[in-house]
Formats: sequence, structure tokens, C-alpha cells
Amino acid sequence: MKLITAIIQPYKLEDVKAELYKAEVNLITVSEVLGHGRQMGVTEVYRGVKESGNLLRKVQIDIAVNENFVKPTIDAIIKGARTGDVGDGKIFVTDLHECIRIRTGETGSIAIG
Amino acid sequence: MINAGDTAFVLISTGLVMLMTPGLAFFYGGMVRRKNILGILMQCFAMLCVLSLQWMLFGYSLSFAPGSGFIGGLQWAGLFGVGLAPYAAYAPTIPHQAFMIFQMMFAVITPALIIGAFAERMKFSAFLLFSLLWATFVYNPICHWVWGQGGWLKEMGILDFAGGIVVHTTAGIAAIVTALLIGNRKGYANQPIPPHNLPFTVLGGALLWFGWFGFNAGSALAANGNAVSAFVATNAAAAAAGLMWPLLEWWHNGKPTTFGIITGSVAGLATVTPASGFITPFAAVIIGAAASAACFFTVGIIKPKFGYDDSLDAFGVHGIGGILGTLLAGVFASSAVNAAGANGLLHGNPKQLLIQLIGVAAAVAYTVAVTFVIYKVVDMAIGMRVSEKEEVMGIDLTQHREAGYTVLE
Repeated sequence: MKLITAIIQPYKLEDVKAELYKAEVNLITVSEVLGHGRQMGVTEVYRGVKESGNLLRKVQIDIAVNENFVKPTIDAIIKGARTGDVGDGKIFVTDLHECIRIRTGETGSIAIG
Repeated sequence: MINAGDTAFVLISTGLVMLMTPGLAFFYGGMVRRKNILGILMQCFAMLCVLSLQWMLFGYSLSFAPGSGFIGGLQWAGLFGVGLAPYAAYAPTIPHQAFMIFQMMFAVITPALIIGAFAERMKFSAFLLFSLLWATFVYNPICHWVWGQGGWLKEMGILDFAGGIVVHTTAGIAAIVTALLIGNRKGYANQPIPPHNLPFTVLGGALLWFGWFGFNAGSALAANGNAVSAFVATNAAAAAAGLMWPLLEWWHNGKPTTFGIITGSVAGLATVTPASGFITPFAAVIIGAAASAACFFTVGIIKPKFGYDDSLDAFGVHGIGGILGTLLAGVFASSAVNAAGANGLLHGNPKQLLIQLIGVAAAVAYTVAVTFVIYKVVDMAIGMRVSEKEEVMGIDLTQHREAGYTVLE
């Protein structure tokens, strides 16, 4: 089991969701995050005072998947989120030790799907 | 002869109408995405600053100084000749400058209304230039036609108590023209773009309702029965329209919404504006209900069908409201309510409706043509729309280098 975490541009969320549904990945958690990459964010100015390195708004998607869904999920996310411009985002894949469905108490691979 | 009560009332009404521009700023501001709130607020406040000055420098003169049937003269440029004695042709019981500054607030808010059409994608520099040119070449002439001494529609006997043609029709038509020319927002067709702060929208709408008492009742230019009848009609239309929209939503969409009740109220207020000083309270109720129905239909059914991005429904609410209201003034006006007005269709005078129709047609045609030209000129000179990357990052950060909200302190 793996946990796939993707950080994407907020305006790309709908496209990513559409691609995930097409790949039959229907379970998703979305949160709003702030961050920046090597471009160091943006400069904001308040009454003449500049503040640089400010964080940009991003969207984080977390999806727990079984091994056979790892590649389809990653491919779907890339297909939905890629624009070719700086700021497209990143995907992290981490090992998932356990997954439990709260309603029924099921564990493991059955609980994920 | 200056009357203290009239002067006090007109000055307070001026304050109320001024408040409508920041009110509009929050009404619109709550409807855009969080990354664009400051852009809306900035554009509205810029109108207060720029148009106040334009009005004093030459706008007032072009709109109201005696001139031709088409445009006023420049004898009042720089407020030359606009003193504290009354100018009897407009308002015999208040200082001339009181009339001038009351009218200024109408000139300020009219270009601000158009913001709703191109929200979230217009360059600030282009907005300033466009609005200044629009105020001078569209608002000033049409204001003169309807309210100016010798204005050709005024001479024809048109009824526009507080700005159905001058404010709402012109702004609403300019809105649809600019929305079509600037193009849809990125992702408009396949992405939900919900209002980011409906409490702001409701608060802004409430300030608009409050300010509209100054907008309509103040247009009586005196603290008299006419002002009262306009005040009562204004509230009646707002209430009827405000109730009607959620009822339509309940029937058509399943649930009544706050966005609906506030949009409905504003639609009712816009629609009753030209008729407000000429009608009975229950005529206002009918006008309000009709306003909600017409605007609901435009916004909820016509707009999605045609797919244009009049982002904050400046055309759908103010344009449709202004046009419908101007025509309904020709239906419901009663000289029993206001002897200085006229009778409309329902009181035995079908000719008035024809005059209203001519006025609307002329204003629409002129506004479409001149707005189109101004847009093209400014677009060729400096470009109207932000780049795609700027649109994605947001107006606040790219046009103003500010963020409306912090997340981590």
C-alpha cells in the first residue's frame, strides 16, 4: 500500500480530478497549502515596504492506493496537472503501513479500495 | 431661495450614494475568488477618486451645462460658474454645488458597475484609461440627453427619475460589450468559480439598499412628498424582488439562497430606479417582482445557454433591470403621484411607453458603439486583458503586489 501526495496548482484541481475519475480512482483528500519552489515565491509591497519570499497558494492531494493503482494514479495526476510551466508541482510516494475503514473495521488492501 | 431642509436632505443623500460605491465594491468583491478581492476594491475606490476629479474638471459641465441637445457646453469646466446660489432649472431650493456633488456620486458609481463584467482579468492601467474615456464619451453625453437642460430625450419627455437609462442601462450594456470583447475567464466553462465570501456580498448589497434611498429619494432634490414616494417605492421594489428570487430558486433549483435574496433585492432596486418618483407603492411591488423574474431568467437560463462570462452579472442585473425598469416607467407612471412626471400606459397614455422605448434604443445603440470603440482603442494602445499567467496568479498579486488575506498570520 502506498500514500500518494501531490502538490499542484489550485486551478488545476478540476482537471486532475477528472483524470483520476477516468482512471477509476474515486477516493481523494484535498487540502489547501502554502509553499514555493526555487523561484522563492512572490514579492508583496505594503505602504512601500517590500516583503519577498512569500508563499504561494497550492493544493495538496492525498490518495491511499494499492500497489496496482500506484502508476495509474500518478499518470492521471500528471496528465491533469502538467502545463509545462514552472509551478506545476510535485508528487511524493510514501509507504503506507496500515489502512482501516472506520465504519466496518476492515483493514489492509480491502480498506483502501 | 435656499431651503435648509432640502439642502440637508440632498447632502445626506449624496453621502448615501457615495457609500454605494464601497458597497458595490464589497458586493462584487465577495463574488470573486480570494486572489482577486483587492482588484475589485481597488477598481471601485479608483472610480471614487478619478471620477470625482473628472466631474469637477469637465464632466459636470459636459453633462449639465446648457449646450446642444446632444452634449453640454464647457462653460462650467473647473466648476466655473457653479457657485452656492441655486441653479433654478435643476434645483431651485438648494445651492448649485449641492446639485453638482449629488450628481457626481452617480457619475462615480456608473463606471464602477461595469467592473462586474470583466472582473478577474482586466489590467488596472487599462481599467483606469477605459473608465475615464467611457465616463467622458458615454456617461456625460447620455446624462445630458436625459437630465441636461436642452437634452434631446428630456425635451421629448422621457421619464428617468434616478438613472434607469443614465446609470443602469449604460453600465449594463457596456458590461455585455466588454465581457464579449475581453473573453471568458480561463477555465470558465468547466470549472466552478464560486463566490469566496458571500457575507461580504450580503453586506455590500445591504449598503446598496441603504444607499439607494439616497439614489432614488434624493433625486427629488427636495425634502418633500415626491422624495417620500420615491423612498417608499424603492423599498417596496427591493422587498418584492428580494423575496421573488429565492422563491424562484426554491421552485427551479431546490433551495433558496442568500446569494439569491441579495441579488434579487439589487435587481429590484435597479429596475425601480427610473420609475421610483412616478409610481404608487404597489406598482413598485409589481416592478420588483418582474425585475427578479427577468434577471433570474437572464442570469440563470440565458447566460449559461450562450456561455458568455458576464462574471458578476452586471448586464444580467443592471442592464436588464435598467432597460426593463425604463420601459415599466412608461407603463406605471402616474401624474397623480407626481405632477411633474407624466401618465404611463396604465393611466391612459400609451405614447409615454413609446418615448421610453426610443430612449432605451438610443442609449443602447450609442453605448454599444462607443464602448466598442473605446475598448478597441485602449486595447490597441496598452492591452486590456492580463496575461494568462497573471490571471492564474491573481489580480491582487500581479496588479497590486498585495494579498487580500494572510493564511499563516
